[in-house]
Amino acid sequence: MQHKIIDIEDVVIRFAGDSGDGMQLTGTLFADSSALFGNEISTFPDYPAEIRAPQGTVSGVSGFQVHIGSVEINTPGDFCDVLVAMNPAALMANAKWAKPTATIILDEDAFDEKGIQRAGFKTMNPIEELGIGDRNIIVSPITTLTKESLKDSGLDLKSIVRCKNMFTLGMCFFMFNKELDHTFEYLERKFKKKPALIETNKKVLKDGFNYASNIHAIANTYYVQPAKQEKGTYRNINGNQATAWGLLAASEKSGVPLFCGSYPITPATAILEELAIHKELKAKTLQCEDEIAGICTAIGAAYAGNFAVTTTSGPGLSLKSEALGLAMITELPLVLVDVQRSGPSTGIPTKTEQTDLNQALYGRNGECPIMVMAAHSPSDCFEKAFYAGKFAMEHMMPVILLTEGFLGNGSEPWKIPSMKDLPEIHPPFIKDASECGGKFSPFERDPETFVRRWALPGTPGLEHRVGGLEKSPAGVISSDPQNHQHMVNMRAKKVAHAAVDIPPLKVIGDESGEVLIVGWGGTFGHLYTAVKEFHKQGKSVSLAHFDYINPLPLNTEEVFSKFRKIIVCELNSGQFADYLRAKHQKFHYYQLNKVQGQPFIVKDVVDAVNNLL
Amino acid sequence: MKYTAQDFKSNQEVRWCPGCGDHSVLASLQRALPQVAEDLGYSMERFVFVSGIGCSSRLPYYMNTYGFHGIHGRATAISTGMKVANPTLSIWQATGDGDALAIGGNHFIHAIRRNIDINIVLFNNRIYGLTKGQYSPTSPLGKITKTSPYGTVEHPFNPGALVMGARGTFFARSIDSELKLNQEIFVASAKHDGCSVTEMLVNCVIYNDGSHREISDKEVKADRTIVLRHGERMIFGKDRNKGLVLVNKELKVVTIGEGGVTEDDILIHDAHTADMGMHSMLIDMKWPEYPVALGVIRDVPDKTYDDNVRDQLEEVRAKSTIHNMEELLHSGSTWEVK
Repeated sequence: MQHKIIDIEDVVIRFAGDSGDGMQLTGTLFADSSALFGNEISTFPDYPAEIRAPQGTVSGVSGFQVHIGSVEINTPGDFCDVLVAMNPAALMANAKWAKPTATIILDEDAFDEKGIQRAGFKTMNPIEELGIGDRNIIVSPITTLTKESLKDSGLDLKSIVRCKNMFTLGMCFFMFNKELDHTFEYLERKFKKKPALIETNKKVLKDGFNYASNIHAIANTYYVQPAKQEKGTYRNINGNQATAWGLLAASEKSGVPLFCGSYPITPATAILEELAIHKELKAKTLQCEDEIAGICTAIGAAYAGNFAVTTTSGPGLSLKSEALGLAMITELPLVLVDVQRSGPSTGIPTKTEQTDLNQALYGRNGECPIMVMAAHSPSDCFEKAFYAGKFAMEHMMPVILLTEGFLGNGSEPWKIPSMKDLPEIHPPFIKDASECGGKFSPFERDPETFVRRWALPGTPGLEHRVGGLEKSPAGVISSDPQNHQHMVNMRAKKVAHAAVDIPPLKVIGDESGEVLIVGWGGTFGHLYTAVKEFHKQGKSVSLAHFDYINPLPLNTEEVFSKFRKIIVCELNSGQFADYLRAKHQKFHYYQLNKVQGQPFIVKDVVDAVNNLL
Repeated sequence: MKYTAQDFKSNQEVRWCPGCGDHSVLASLQRALPQVAEDLGYSMERFVFVSGIGCSSRLPYYMNTYGFHGIHGRATAISTGMKVANPTLSIWQATGDGDALAIGGNHFIHAIRRNIDINIVLFNNRIYGLTKGQYSPTSPLGKITKTSPYGTVEHPFNPGALVMGARGTFFARSIDSELKLNQEIFVASAKHDGCSVTEMLVNCVIYNDGSHREISDKEVKADRTIVLRHGERMIFGKDRNKGLVLVNKELKVVTIGEGGVTEDDILIHDAHTADMGMHSMLIDMKWPEYPVALGVIRDVPDKTYDDNVRDQLEEVRAKSTIHNMEELLHSGSTWEVK
């Protein structure tokens, strides 16, 4: 049968299955192929904390949503056009995300009595029970077909069944008129040492593709044109990789070797893993015995003259609090990356949130202001990590960079920047005792920037001592009341002064009007998409998204003052709104908050803003 | 350049209590470092003193070198980062029994396990001094302190046993007042490639006076301690007539000239053997059954963590096709938009 190819602007596909079904890989390969083809993409891995959660249960369902388009794409999409459900539990957990017009692909083999019961259905008819009978449902015996495809492969049954995700991927590639080449190349790389597996996986992928083209159920296939992107070289990148690369870029630009002391923690671990690869760029990584050692080795490395980094997530930030104070009072450069996850305590480790803001701003003893910045998209993690390094090294202070699980794991196409276009980084090294008349005072500062000099052990004549005890400018222990007040003031002024180097807050949309949506961090895509919808409708709604939180951009008040209403949207109970209330008291702040371990849905934002119009 | 002890003294007033054992350890370090500098060709700026929190952790302020006074328990982690960042530094860590073995116990054993090339001087006074007299992880069972008014109900650590448990490469023990021996140990620990731990039995004159008296008092010291030196016989006693022999895989104290025992029967100390058996037995020796072992008990050459980091870095760099950020940014799958 000749199928019809329909051109569409954008489409959302959600792959869902058991946590061992390989859905993350399937989704990633689909996203990468689309990106290479030139589509805009945004991805959202949504998986359980357990590596192999109880099979067939809703708690063990792992999902991966990818949004591809020929137009600008800023979110992974709220609801999906295509849902792949590898078992009844995946359908149970994800049916609510399928649009009324969605196509749903099911593995018939998994929908036996036992599977349906394990998923928690009350009847033996999940489709009727979920009330999704009007969707375009394609029921295929994917497991059986995979077994058939690979019966002569020589693989054992378990390994064969594991290939069913490739069969499914083949079907999806057909549905969206995608080439298989990219995935072939991936398989060749991945199984370089096991050539048999290359052929096996290629075969099952092709068989899935061909199967989809033969069945009548898929009458229409879809074609998403390449997006009109700016000229340049692109790659696909996720937030954690971008963070690692941004840090490496800051190391190269400053000429200061990178040291990262860290402890594995979801969802930040991938940054440490990525840095550990790049020894060729002189990056040293130390997987420590705990989170505290992570930051303390970094502080030691900073004292010795390295660009010090420690990476973590919420609970790890708690453990690092005391040492952050040490980095602050010794005025040593350090970048702490917190890939936020759902809390408090262990919370829901694999789910995203913005609930560490208060901890980043305030979570230390004593007067201890620290620069806090946030990345707003997966690829923006590169730039923010770079600037975190620049601020830390040039201003001689710790900087907290907040990202989110949603950004760290999510990926998007990225126009590769040229290293030439990144600014220089000039740490205030003191190279020689003659620069200070032979007597080095570690806490003497530049009168304008309040920044102290960085003297490295190994330099003759600059011997000095720093530490957690309050010091005089000369570096001598001091409990003098006036000196303490002075040092507290100086350290605070130094952080506040960094605002001079922060880009002004930008307004997306008109610079004055009815409603200003205010956001920070990883909600940017959803807020921006909402604002675009308002603009289509001709409504007076603008967006101001904060990448710099402490200090705030200098024009914050000016921006706020031009709108009648301000609504602060964030994935916590109102931490940034409260911070703004303290810093800019004269405005009234409406709030939109969500603490469900999930990103916003654009519709939530649109509805909340409509209530103010 | 030839240094003297005076060169290593800072202009800061030393604020330990009069009579505190820390003074002698500081003096020993200041006397040992000129020797270290001469033997290893180091100049002043290569030395860094790192510490945590506690009385002994004030030491970096009294040294005229680079110094870092950290936070409680974390000196070992700070030293580790420093050494990895700049392996040419000679890093010395002053830490106490609370700092290293209680709050910092984790970092302590892991630094030893990694064999990072730092010199840890563990001031063991078996008490918390700076917080005014609470029991520490090395306080003996039953010790009465402010937080154990009826005596502790917990067993103490033997620091040397922890070093052995983490498969350490260097362990020495001394008494604060033994300035000569201390200097000898510090020079040996500086020359040791890897993590060296020196347990200093230190007297806290205020909160735990005389804690080590049963072995450290002048009248009894020679009979109740044994100073071990590599290649020398394990002989001790004020008459130099006692020694250690091995009987049924256990150490035994014998008297030379009694029961047919001659000097040739006495064990010879081998600090450089990788085998842990004898070193563990020597570390565990307690008075009155045995003399307490002092000196360099274990000094075994092994590859250090910082060497391994450097070697791996060079190995990967030599093989890599990526040499800078620009190449990294364009590595892997990319595509052109024209």
